[in-house]
Amino acid sequence: MNSLRRLGQYVLDSVEGLGRASLFFLEVASGARKLIRRFDLVVQQVFAVGVLTLLIILVSGLFVGMVLGLQGYNTLSKFGAADSLGLLVALSLVRELGPVVTALLFAGRAGSALTAEIGLMKATEQLAGMEMMAVNPVERVIAPRLVAGIISMPLLAALFSAIGVLGGQLVGVGLLGVDSGAFWSQMQSGVSFHEDVLNGVIKSVVFGVVVTWIAVFQGYESVPTSEGVSRATNRTVVYSSLAVLALDFVMTALMFK
Amino acid sequence: MSTTQTDPGASGALVEIRNVHFSRGERTILNDLSMTIARGKVTAIMGGSGCGKTTLLNLIGGRLRPSSGQVLVDGISVPELGTRDLFELRKRMGMLFQNGALLTDLDVFENVAFPIREHKRLPEPILRHVVLMKLETVGLRGARELMPAELSGGMARRVALARTISLEPMLVMYDEPFTGLDPISKGVIAKLIRELNTGLGITSVLVSHDVADTCAISDYAYLMGQGHIIGQGTPQEIRQSEAEEVRQFMDGLPDGPVPYRYPAPDYLKDLLQEGPA
Repeated sequence: MNSLRRLGQYVLDSVEGLGRASLFFLEVASGARKLIRRFDLVVQQVFAVGVLTLLIILVSGLFVGMVLGLQGYNTLSKFGAADSLGLLVALSLVRELGPVVTALLFAGRAGSALTAEIGLMKATEQLAGMEMMAVNPVERVIAPRLVAGIISMPLLAALFSAIGVLGGQLVGVGLLGVDSGAFWSQMQSGVSFHEDVLNGVIKSVVFGVVVTWIAVFQGYESVPTSEGVSRATNRTVVYSSLAVLALDFVMTALMFK
Repeated sequence: MSTTQTDPGASGALVEIRNVHFSRGERTILNDLSMTIARGKVTAIMGGSGCGKTTLLNLIGGRLRPSSGQVLVDGISVPELGTRDLFELRKRMGMLFQNGALLTDLDVFENVAFPIREHKRLPEPILRHVVLMKLETVGLRGARELMPAELSGGMARRVALARTISLEPMLVMYDEPFTGLDPISKGVIAKLIRELNTGLGITSVLVSHDVADTCAISDYAYLMGQGHIIGQGTPQEIRQSEAEEVRQFMDGLPDGPVPYRYPAPDYLKDLLQEGPA
């Protein structure tokens, strides 16, 4: 009976949490409208969450592309289709790995940093101080970060895919001897802008909204203690990663029939 | 503004708290509390930790709403205000938090400039003059390029004080301004609170459990215990009070109306009970 009660309580708490997160999102979205006049705040945050995440994105993208080049070559060459390596690498990156891996890396690097920063601002009464200075922290602190996350994610995913293709080319053409012309021409003819690139961009925009929303909400709702902030940071990475993977499945099923 | 207006001028009160109840869950924090903060004076609210002093400041600042009762600031009923009107009122009040609550990503100058940049459109040279003037008031004009992490506790509180007065408020609330400071820093903060009060005509509400420093600069004091007022008067009158609860606090007695021991079951039964605590 106790376990049933606990399960019920867990479900109720989860639904309540989702409700609070949704109301919070609406409040932030409403605050974001005022950022048109304060776009400098968004630019600052694009630097903090986007530019400072560049290194890990570029290095990861390069290695993922190189691994794709190696694995793809091994498989394709068995069927005499090694010339299609460029197409395989590009489609894998643009459709799936670019948006998904970028979102997972973004959650680990920028998402956790956002949660910790906002949580510590709460713990050190900086948000309360803003409220008492008649400055709405949701508009001043949260909204620019959410908008910056949404702007940064597709740009980072595009860079991830671009450097990944270069990594695949480095291995496939440079090391394994795939014909350079075939590598690029198959990619050019096989990758559709609407079907593949645009859908990949849509995915990364959705991931940008979800990951940044989870990160700022967890920070804003965190218990203002060192343990509370630590738990909130942990939740950001776990919830974001699960949400990205689940949403990716749903979007892939809808987009690529 | 859809507010309840009274006549603060008649009583000379800037803040009036009438029969306020406030609870968190089952726990009553404030119980039928009434008090008046006189305009242009330094009013101290003293009491032990957890007696509801900071809650009271949050009620005055509109960060909390009472379960019942009235909170009036300059004749405006704070709990009835919507967000926009509340923010308008807050532009006329300031709060100094216990740890200063400085924005850690901005230097001292930008911290003091922050509320001015948010609320006023001043040309940069004029804004610079205003900020330097506020920093000069607290003696930290030379520290304007330092980051909050480079400041001592006392300096951080002085910067926060400069920021609090940057919009020239009518009311400043101080939440435990002396906690964790060395004697020199305490003296500096006490001097500033008194000087700002008389020099700028600010009404000050000072929440503290530091008896000596608080009494030295207050015009009037309330003593709180268990969510209600246990004594009030000038600091001199409070010091001379014979009430048992007042004496325990003023003399720092470990036992009395506020018991030394947290309520617990019988000691012997507790020891003889088997199993984990």
